[in-house]
Amino acid sequence: MTSTNLISGLKKSGLLVAFAVFLGAVALSTDSFLSIGNILNVLRQVSITGMIAIGTTFVVITGRLDLSVGSMLTLLTVLLVDQHNQVGPLLAIVLTLAAAVGLGAFNGLLVGYLKLNALIVTLAMLSFLQGLTLLYSGGSNVNIPNAQTTWFRFFGRSDLLGIPVPVLLFLSVGAIAAFVLTRTVFGRQVYAVGGNETASNFSGVSSARTVFWAYILSALATGFAAIILGSRVMGAQNTIGQGYELTVLAGIILGGTSMLGGSGSIWRTVLGIAMLGFIQNGLLLMGFPYYVQWLVTWVVIIIAVWIDLAGKRGRVLA
Amino acid sequence: MTRNTSAQSRHTNSTVTWLFRNHIWLFLGLAIAIFSLASPYFLTVNNISNVLTQGAFIGILAVGMTLVMIDGEIDLSVGAILALSTALAIGLQEQIGVWPAVLAGLASGAALGFLNGVITAFSGMHSFIVTLGALIGIRGIVFIYTGEDALMVQDFSYTEYAEIYLGPVSITALTFFLLALFFQWVLTSTRHGRETFAIGDNIEAAHDAGINIKRHKIINFTICGTMAAVAGILLSMRLGTAEPNAGKIWELWTIIAVVLGGTRLTGGFGSMWKTIGGVMTLAVLRNGLRLLNTPNYVELMVMGAVLILALLLDRVLSSQTEAR
Repeated sequence: MTSTNLISGLKKSGLLVAFAVFLGAVALSTDSFLSIGNILNVLRQVSITGMIAIGTTFVVITGRLDLSVGSMLTLLTVLLVDQHNQVGPLLAIVLTLAAAVGLGAFNGLLVGYLKLNALIVTLAMLSFLQGLTLLYSGGSNVNIPNAQTTWFRFFGRSDLLGIPVPVLLFLSVGAIAAFVLTRTVFGRQVYAVGGNETASNFSGVSSARTVFWAYILSALATGFAAIILGSRVMGAQNTIGQGYELTVLAGIILGGTSMLGGSGSIWRTVLGIAMLGFIQNGLLLMGFPYYVQWLVTWVVIIIAVWIDLAGKRGRVLA
Repeated sequence: MTRNTSAQSRHTNSTVTWLFRNHIWLFLGLAIAIFSLASPYFLTVNNISNVLTQGAFIGILAVGMTLVMIDGEIDLSVGAILALSTALAIGLQEQIGVWPAVLAGLASGAALGFLNGVITAFSGMHSFIVTLGALIGIRGIVFIYTGEDALMVQDFSYTEYAEIYLGPVSITALTFFLLALFFQWVLTSTRHGRETFAIGDNIEAAHDAGINIKRHKIINFTICGTMAAVAGILLSMRLGTAEPNAGKIWELWTIIAVVLGGTRLTGGFGSMWKTIGGVMTLAVLRNGLRLLNTPNYVELMVMGAVLILALLLDRVLSSQTEAR
């Protein structure tokens, strides 16, 4: 049937074509959109959400959710910046990453081993970690006084070969994560658990252990993001990471990773996050008010996921 | 399901079993007892009246959420819908008058709920994705409409409606209880209610039984959106202003309240009674902690901890009932 062919064609390339059309339209109506400078600028802007999304993709492929990454980003950034002032950058980074692993392990314990509902557990953690952040900071903002001289500025504020370091970190962590997901036993287990948990348990893959490690990766990626964010801002407010979990999820979904688990990839997530970034940047360059991008994000998510589903079942309507 | 063969033991265990199944009332009783002992101000008519009013906003959102959850779906957009209806109810007053503006606010909620329902039912997407998109988009609309500023009501007599009390019960709290009772009746005594349970319990069986799944899902999402708008209107009356950030992350508190009450996220199981229990427990916890002058972070941490404990308890209890 032609309509089926059309749909499957749309599914394969439609999103990219639509995105390319959008890029072209913006490029024609503005001067600077496709300049190297602007592209690097957008990539730098999305590097923090992108970094988190790379980790959270593991969780989503196992068929779970992680709504705690925004609060976790806040807590880790506050911790990192404060410790930077007390024990120096290196120890602060080690401590932050260790804390990230600990928080991820806690999520993983509850969702993986105790088999509690992922949505509710990470929702509870969202609230709990907000409280923990306020407890730690006493409600005040922290700043790094020697922002111009500390080598900590490398992660968020410097360039390497003309490319911003956050972008390099984002892309290299993405490459490593893609390797882990596609070329290692653990990666296969992540897909197996998300695809059919019962079957994977029967074939000797512990779903509890796989989910546990997926949450640790999600948290660890959030730790990396905290390093970039802390270094970029050279300070931390108690709400700095609020709402990141939504953008992260929106990017993952837009990339086409299924919320039911079992499918998806790192490059899809990177693409989804980048698309969000370019849409946002393009709308701003074209002179639309800031919040129009949220409206457009809504429309794009619905259309993208609907096309994806329609392609899979060969029909537009469920 | 208890598989007791002996009627005798079922009888002696019935109260215990009821409390196990409805453990939220145990929580609520415990919370009330603790705060009554800890603060002399807690168990006063004034304070109870406050608790009811404060809880009622999340409560009205939770009424709609309960219906959607029993259907096996979720609605993340209620906080944003609430903000939009608040903004419209206040922002449009000057152009079209008070009551038309209120109606417009309500209509926006119903329309957006309907839209969520239609997209969920016809696209086959999970409602988590549909309403996550809506949460982002509708909040965007609110910011565009309000110009990122708080809108102020021009005629302050509008705020007097919120001051209507029936004894110690404010109109907001009364609305919550009446809506909860009404929709409990809908759930248990109408075809729509029974079929909502059937869909959440086993969607394929419901489909095979000839139940129009799409219709029921759309109805429940529309009710959920309307409830969010009702809460938004009441909030606009209470505050006299419309903040673009109104209701931010209230969808999370709402989900927490409903799940705390014992309604299952997986669908097919729940009631408005449970939701009332969950809403009131949350409200009592927040109020009590504030009366004791605990800092804000304690509240956030207690909420998180209570939610995880409730999940653990639910896990333990349901495995116990299954083992019996």
